[in-house]
Order: sequence, then structure tokens, then C-alpha cells
Amino acid sequence: MVALMPVGNIGRSVPRLEGRDKVMGQAEYTHHLRLPGMLYGKIFRSTLPHALIKSVDTSAAKAVEGVFRVVTIDDIRTVIPHPYYGPAFHDQPVLADGKVRFAGEPVAVVLASDPRVAEYAASLITAEYEELPAVLDEVEAAASDICVHDELKPAATFPDLQHLKGRRGTNVALDYRLVRGDVEAGFAAADHVFEHTFRCQQAMHTPMEPFVSIADVRDGRMTLHTASQGPSFVRIEMARLLGWPENRVRVKVPHLGGGFGGKLYIKLEALVTSLSLLVQRPVKISLTMEEQFFMVTKHACTFTIKSGVNNDGKVVARKCRILWNGGAYADIGPRVTQKAGFTSAGPYDIDNVEIESLAVYTNRPPAGALRGFGAPQAAWAYECHTDLIAEALNFDKIEFRRQNLLKEGRPQASGTPVHDAAFEKVMDQVADRLDWHKPFNRGNGRILRGRGLAVGIKGITSPTTSVAIVNLYGDGSCGLYIGTVDMGQGSDTVMAQIVAEVLGLDAEAVHVIHPDTDVTPYDMGTLGSRSTFHMGTAVRLAAEDVLRKIDDLAKELGLPPNSNLPVSEMLRKKYGMQAGNIIGTGSFIPDYKKPDPETGQTPKATPFWGVGANGAEVEIDTETGEVKIVKLVNVVDAGVAINPRAVRQQVSGAAIMQMGFTMTENMVFRDGQLTNGSLADYKIPSLLDMPEQFVNEYVESRQQSGPFGAKGTGESSTIALSPAIGNAIADAIGVHLTDLPLTQESIFRAIQKKNGTPLPEDDND
Amino acid sequence: MTDARTIRFTLNGAPVSVSVMPHETLIEMLSLRLELKGARESCGQGLCGCCTVYVNGKSVSSCLYLAQLVDGANVVTIEGINDGARLDPVQEAFIEVGAFQCGFCTPGFIMMARELLDVHPNPTDDEIRHYLIGNLCRCSAYPEIVEAVKLAARRRAAGTAPALAQELSA
Repeated sequence: MVALMPVGNIGRSVPRLEGRDKVMGQAEYTHHLRLPGMLYGKIFRSTLPHALIKSVDTSAAKAVEGVFRVVTIDDIRTVIPHPYYGPAFHDQPVLADGKVRFAGEPVAVVLASDPRVAEYAASLITAEYEELPAVLDEVEAAASDICVHDELKPAATFPDLQHLKGRRGTNVALDYRLVRGDVEAGFAAADHVFEHTFRCQQAMHTPMEPFVSIADVRDGRMTLHTASQGPSFVRIEMARLLGWPENRVRVKVPHLGGGFGGKLYIKLEALVTSLSLLVQRPVKISLTMEEQFFMVTKHACTFTIKSGVNNDGKVVARKCRILWNGGAYADIGPRVTQKAGFTSAGPYDIDNVEIESLAVYTNRPPAGALRGFGAPQAAWAYECHTDLIAEALNFDKIEFRRQNLLKEGRPQASGTPVHDAAFEKVMDQVADRLDWHKPFNRGNGRILRGRGLAVGIKGITSPTTSVAIVNLYGDGSCGLYIGTVDMGQGSDTVMAQIVAEVLGLDAEAVHVIHPDTDVTPYDMGTLGSRSTFHMGTAVRLAAEDVLRKIDDLAKELGLPPNSNLPVSEMLRKKYGMQAGNIIGTGSFIPDYKKPDPETGQTPKATPFWGVGANGAEVEIDTETGEVKIVKLVNVVDAGVAINPRAVRQQVSGAAIMQMGFTMTENMVFRDGQLTNGSLADYKIPSLLDMPEQFVNEYVESRQQSGPFGAKGTGESSTIALSPAIGNAIADAIGVHLTDLPLTQESIFRAIQKKNGTPLPEDDND
Repeated sequence: MTDARTIRFTLNGAPVSVSVMPHETLIEMLSLRLELKGARESCGQGLCGCCTVYVNGKSVSSCLYLAQLVDGANVVTIEGINDGARLDPVQEAFIEVGAFQCGFCTPGFIMMARELLDVHPNPTDDEIRHYLIGNLCRCSAYPEIVEAVKLAARRRAAGTAPALAQELSA
């Protein structure tokens, strides 16, 4: 064995490896990429939320000088006979196929060498429709006769969706259930029963690099350059669509200008693949910011939560019913439905739990994963509900939570025992940073002040696989080949730290090779806080494999033990010159037991738990409803922080993003039409929205099963942020808001209603 | 669409001539015709700051600026703010503090932060927030960006960096 110098890569805030490229404007994004002979595609979109297409007139577009071709689904079908795709359901056509299911759905594409020509020509296309009644609200859609799809078509990949195959006359795309104990008996025996309904709005990821993909099909092979968080999935799904083996589809991903769960699964890839196959030239489609609102969104939902509570403060029964507004195509919505569903009773130890979580099709833009896989929407309900119960029964809000929080080894609602989840610790640290136990200035007169906190739990998508390759070159320098996409979270740097720690190098000396499915091995996707844990473990195993091979080589060369001969010298001895490689591989899939289909019970639902608590102090102007977040505290359990600065940045960045989803961001529809689909009207947080005091921390903890004790943390500060602010507002004004976002108007309305002077309802919705 | 016209201007210190259409924006010309990657079109409405460049020493949103208007002007992009050997102090500060995540908005923030430091050499937090309000970062590296600007201000005050004005008159 080669003796290692302890270099201390773990727990070191290594600056991002690509930092210099990024500040110089030189980092590679798909956004910039152009290929010789490339055509630009511009999309003509539907103007109605639900309609049969009677005809599409492309003649004027075709007549524009410089237009190469105008494409509809009929053209696509000449090269792909069954042009439908999707990770959960094969429900999404490459272009609208006889019917449009949301206003903004792609109907036709113009191809031209000049994007301006394509854009102009697309504006000349017209379509005639036979309008159908549309269904937009998830509660209405769950019971409606208006069906978005005639028949459910689950993909083969998810066993828990197979029972839905062929089902007709419904908009429910997944009916997830969890049953533990006897919830009705629990309610009957409880001293008090509380029931509340909460709603979350539809929102959008808004990456600064809008969606962009380029397909280059030639000679029966395809290269896709795409801003994707999941290159391996893209390859598998495109190979399926084309009927090709995986080795004829190459997917390359450089840096991503933000992803947040939007750039997962198939987005523009199926469309550019079809177009390039059709015209046998490279085709690029870049969305505008406005078009991003029609690509994928964050689920709206309606959540009714009912709890039985005893006089001693013990929660004995809880029933959750969540309807998720999945929009017109399922995307990964059924996974959001199930993953957020199984933790929707919160981080609490409750003997009797019943959960029903339904994915519902509507005539809205599709919804998918967004930083938390539905966990923040669920926490909005269960943590506001927790405060409402505590207030009604006059319990201390922290002690009431403490009494019911899941302790080490206790079973979560799914039956899975909880390990390495520092719920109490994160809650207490938030309380400490808020000076919870000190006197608090509640304001008076016009300005009222309040504070609130909340605790969140998240399960991690499972079981998923990561594979890594570590390659030492002839001179001993190191390359790391992984499919993890660095979209700003710093995975390149963290993975380099893990390799370096095992091999005794400096992280800065490791070269990370970006995803290229011809070169980098399989990874399920950069999503759901899974990379540090899953890929981090695969990388550690690959590096350890390298160590074993160095050891073997030393024996083969007859070197004495602990000879400390550098790898480059060993390779030179073996090959007679600077040559050869030492290649280590590692793959990782965590333990997992499939939940019982009837009860959702399983001893191993998740490889680790996402854990975060948030606290807020707010100031409300009662005459205007204006709210100021004076202080925002976010504390997570990240296990051991491999890169402390990167962890704090994830905590801070995720919190600000969730603050947008809490306070301002809302896709507003009128008659099925999006009315605010641009950055001018859809407001994401800016520098002026930063809280005066902004605290981001992680607690001392260790994930025993994680690489060097680490776990993922990209979402942990999002989970319970909305209810922390909602509870603070309620603390100030004495009334709980049930619907996100918490706008000045909604706060003002709540105050007026409480004062007995309600404002007339807005009938515009 | 009408005909292209040839314009001449200075780009990052070097004279260039480009044939551009009347409807073409500055960001389109910079990225498609001149193949510069630092300024990026994101929102297309002048609201996000990703496409910020200097025209005659003043920052503009190049997605809203017609290319033909830079005829005869001095245009500086992120590619022109350092000499290749040494980074600009604002760039250095952004790395040191870690004031970015995905990096897509970063060049725009850096261009705006440099201009801010010319106007307010010793800025308060409030001045920084207001000056950079036209730049959006969805990864929300905002707290670090404020820190980086303050660090760069200290570095500039220590006299290690040329101000924008000097660089443009050079």
C-alpha cells in the first residue's frame, strides 16, 4: 500500500474548481454552442388550454425567405412512429397530436439558419381549433368528467404505476396511499380533533440559462448537447424513442446555468432529436424566458390535514389528503406525489396515520420536480397546522413539536426507522438564533411584529444508482469521470475533494470530466439532494479501487512494502516509458425495500433523511399589509460538511429561492391562459428582498452511511421555510393564511377580515 | 427584413467592423457574430442583467440595445476587463468570497459591480443592493455578492487596481 499524506480535503472550503472560468465569462454552457450547418428551431404554440386541432396552416411560414422547413407531428411521425415520451407516463407527444392540452403547448416548429427568420416565420403560422371545456383546478379535476387524457399510459420504469395502465375516464395519474395503525379509531379516542386545508400555487424554476438542447443526428448515430440534469436518463429515453441501442446515442452536458429540478428527464431533447432525425442536420432550440413557463413548473396543490391530539400534547392520529396539480403531462409528478406523500404527516412520531396523495392531470403547463420534490408544499400544510393546534390548546410551540418529533430509531409513518436525522437539534438551533426564549418586541399600533418557526422532513428518491471512474494517467495525475451535472451546487469540487481525500492528493489537482455518456458512466440524475450521498459514495469506492490496484501493481513490480514509489514511477517501471493508466471503478445503490402497495409500509423507504428547520421574524404594516422579513434563520442537518462554504451556500441559496415561492412567485391564470409569464410580471427574489438578518447554518451531525459522514443538502432549507414565515405572520396579526404566496394583498385581506371589515372578493380568478 | 449595414467600433480595445441587420441587438451581434460568451441573453427584457456590457463607459443591457447604435463607440465586455495574466479585483473578490454558483449571471454582476465601485468607491450595503438591483441571480448568491463587492472596494482603495475610467481612456 502506498503511504498517504493526510491532506485534509474533507471539511475544507475548497474554492470552486471552475471559479476562474466563471468570473471570466469563459465557462461552457449549451447556451453558447453552435455546430456547423446548424438550424435553429422556433416553436408555434397553442393559444387554447384544451382543444382539438382542426388544421394548422403553415403556408405563410414556409414562404418566408430563409425558412428551411416547417414541422408538425405528421412530419415527426414519418421518422418516429410513436412519438410519445415521459419518465412516468408515455403521455407527452413531441408536438401536439390532434389535441392541445394547455395554452402554450408546442404545435409546430420552424427551422431556419437564422433564428430571427425562424421566429418571424413561426409568428405567421395559424391553427384552427375546436375548443373543449378545460379543467384547471386540481380539486375539480380529480372528480371531473372533463378528461385531459383519454387513457393512462404508464411507462414501464415504475412498478407502482402499472395498475393504472389503460385506465380511462379519470385525471388521477397516481393514487398513492399509506396506512399505519387505525386513524379513525385514533380520532375517536383523541381529546381534540383539528382539520385545516392549505393551498400552494403553481410556480416556476426560472433558471437564468433558459432550456436549450441541440441534437446532431447523422449516419445512424446521435449526439445531444443539452442543458440537462440527467444525461443518462436522456440517453435511455431517446434510445427507446428511436429504437436504437444506447451506444448510438451520446449525451453531453457542460456547465448548467441553473436547474433546480426543471432540467430533468426529457424537456426539449425529444423535440430536437426528432427534428434532427427528420432533416439530418444539427438542430438547436433555445427557449426564451417567457417560453420557460410552458416547459415545466412547480406543482400547485390542495392539502387537507386532520389531526387527533390529546390533552397531554401527544398527536395520536393524522390524516392527509393531497391533490397535486400535475398539469397536462405527468413528467415526474407521480414521483413528487409519492415522495412528498409519504412524509406529508411531517417529522412526527404518530401511531395512526393515513395518507392519500393524488397526482391529477389538468389543462395547465406540466409540473415536475422543483427543489424538494413536493416536500415544501407538504410542510406548508403540516407546519402551519402544528402552530394552529399549539395555539388552540395553548401549548408552547417548541415543546409541542419536541414532544412529537421523531427520535432516533423510531418509525416514520412509512414504518422506516429514523436514523441520523437531527430534527431536535436543528429546531433548537433555530430557536436559539431567534432568541426564542427572550422577551420579544411585538410592536404596537400600526406596525405589528411576530416570529415563527417550522421543522421539515424529506425522503430521498430511492433506489437509485451512481457509477464513477477514477483514472490515474501515466504521470500520476488524476481524472474523475462522473455523470453528475454541476449546475452551480459545486458537485465537481466536492467530488474532487472525495477522490483527493482517498488518494492523498489536493482536490485542486483533480480534473473532473463533465457528463458525456460516451465517456462517463451511468448516473440516475443530479436531483433530490442525492449526488453527495450516492455519487460521493461511488467516487469514494472508485478511488479505493485505485488504491487496491496501485497495491497490486507494487506487488507485481516486486516493490518492498511501503516503498512510497510514486504512481508515475511505477507505471514507468511497468511500461518502460510514461504510459498506461490505473483505472478504478465504483458503483453504489443503497438498500431499499419496496413499500407494501396497500399500506406504503417498508423497513427501508429512503437512504437518508432530509432535515431542516427555519425561523422568521416579521414586521407587518397593518394599514397596508406590507410585510418585512426582519430575520430569517435556516439550519439544516447536512451530516459532515465536506465543503462547509458550499453547504452554507446551498442552505442560503435554497432558502432565498423558497422565499420567492413563499412571498411573490405565482403563475396567475385567467381562462386557462397564463397572464404573467415573464420576469417583468413574475417576480423572483432580488438583492432588495434579502432579509436584514440572514442566518444560514448546519448542525454538528454525521450520516453514518454517507461518504465521510456526509449527506445531501441542496433542498433541506427549502422544506419548512414557507410555514416559518407563515407562522411568523400569524403570530403578528393573529390570523393564519392558508394559501401561498403570502402577498401584501392576502395579508391585508386577512387583517381586514379579522377586523370585521372584509374586502370584496376578487372575481378575476 | 431590410439590408445589413457595416458598422465600425472598438471592442475590448481593438477596432472591429461588422455587418449587422437593423433589427439586430448588441447581444446578438456579440454572441453570434463575434462569438463572445461572457454576455448572455436570459430574460430578453433588460430585467436580469446577464447581458450587461459597457458602451462608451456606461453599462447597458445589450439585449435591449440595437447593434447599429454602437457604430463608432467603445464597447467593453467581461472579456476586456483584465489583461489575461491578472484578474480584475472584482473578479478576484468573487472567487475568494464564492459569490456565484452556476455562474451564468456572474459576468453581468461583475460588470455592474465595477461600475458601482467607480461611482461609490466605498459603498454601503444599501448602495450595493440598490446599484445591483437590475441583476438577478436565481442561485441566490446575493449575500456573497455583497461581500465580494465590499472586498473589491477595499482592494481598490489599497491601490492595486485600475479604475474603469482609466482603462477606457487608455
